Amino acid sequence: MSLRLRLRVDPIACTGHGICAELLPEMIYLDDWGYPIISDRPVPAGLTAMTKRTVTACPALALRLERQAAEARAGK
Amino acid sequence: MSAPTKPMSELSERSNRLLTYFTSPGAWTTLAEHRERFPAPPVSRTPTPRLMDLVASAGLRGRGGAGFPTATKMRAVASGTRRAIVVANGSEGEPTSHKDATVMTHAPHLVLDGALLAAAAVGADEVIVGVVVHTGHSKEAIARAVKERYRAEPAAPRIRVVDVPSTYLAGEERALTHLLNGGRPIPTSGPRPFEKGVSGRPTLIQNVETLAHLALIHRGGAEKFRQTGTSEAPGTMLVTVSGSVGKPGVYEVSIGTLLSEVLRVAGGTPLGMAAVLLGGYSGTWLTPARADRVTLDHAGLASEGAILGCASIVVLPEGGCVIQETAAVMHWLAGQTAGQCGPCVHGLGAISIATSQLRSGRAGTGMLARLAHWSDDIEGRGACRYPDGAIRLLRSALRSFETDAKAHQAGAACAGASRASILPLPAVPRFA
Repeated sequence: MSLRLRLRVDPIACTGHGICAELLPEMIYLDDWGYPIISDRPVPAGLTAMTKRTVTACPALALRLERQAAEARAGK
Repeated sequence: MSAPTKPMSELSERSNRLLTYFTSPGAWTTLAEHRERFPAPPVSRTPTPRLMDLVASAGLRGRGGAGFPTATKMRAVASGTRRAIVVANGSEGEPTSHKDATVMTHAPHLVLDGALLAAAAVGADEVIVGVVVHTGHSKEAIARAVKERYRAEPAAPRIRVVDVPSTYLAGEERALTHLLNGGRPIPTSGPRPFEKGVSGRPTLIQNVETLAHLALIHRGGAEKFRQTGTSEAPGTMLVTVSGSVGKPGVYEVSIGTLLSEVLRVAGGTPLGMAAVLLGGYSGTWLTPARADRVTLDHAGLASEGAILGCASIVVLPEGGCVIQETAAVMHWLAGQTAGQCGPCVHGLGAISIATSQLRSGRAGTGMLARLAHWSDDIEGRGACRYPDGAIRLLRSALRSFETDAKAHQAGAACAGASRASILPLPAVPRFA
């Protein structure tokens, strides 16, 4: 069972700084109001380090990486 | 709105229905009278698998909106390591629904029996009933019934009645949990209440109507409960019918009943029908053609892209304008956001302004495309399902009444748009 990383945002904690979309445009873009829309796909292996940097860079600490079994619950 | 004087059912099938239990408004069923018909719930401080199995075999689903299987929820709560708490959710924030207030006012002992049965099922030693204060006499009725039990049945778990604000979101499970833990009634992004809820304990939150059905199941058995409704969603449900119908009120129907049949029973639609709003402000608009053919059950409605929700039905009369009504609701919903998640706060705010411009023909080209784009962007991005419900309502208006929407975008005059909205948009406390 392989573990995959998924990037999530806590929408209550997020205050829309937008730094994440600057750092990780491969996974994140901003909506019309400046809040991040995050790709639902697992984090590609090549982006793991950059994703971790982005998580720590969030001023609101609203981002997190979740480890998930590949076929486990796809829910939000 | 008041409870109908005559239940829809025939005498022969009355015993497994809620409304036949109801007394006329003002009359009071004492606990002693109630106990002649309903056995006292068992008391257990540890989970009772037999009761959960009974609920599972009856196939009871939640009547609060989501239609989640009650037994599944019970088992999740009962599997927690700490002792559970039961919350009877009577915080009916949906303005088009009045069925929870009705069941609490007219059958408080049935609701409390259900809550105590749920407590015995999951091994809870405490029951909380959340009631919105100013919806009629429901709080008075519940409080009076609790007091009676306190003396007559002292061994039963303690029941606490708690005031809940009349906001739309206060009944949302995490918002209600947050309130009961001393916070404001707004959703949180923490653990789910069935894992860690009130006082950090596993918390079973059930709609008050669901609990009343549970009391009927306990008395009559699972098989009897399954005599009405569908195999996937057995039993009856309470529906609130309002708007342009002959006899607005709360009615009890089998799940799976034709919507058109419910309208017929509610006195028909003497002023014609431009549209039907099903499931309240997180529900869907139906065209008259669809309203004629849909049945009120989860699966049937899902196949039509609609939801049952709280099963409220509002008829918009001939000459009414769905775009006008939707603009009014979107404005109201934008004001009811908890103010926590950016996509909800800003998204619903933008949609409120846009639909208002659409209503008055000032939107300009591209507005419908922009609304569709915003809807896609907002959906699924709140901490709770509140923005998703608002989006569902908006989409149903723009898709099912596409011709009207396009005419509004083109700036065509609309007779209906100048009228006041027929939908209730109550002044409620804001989350300041």
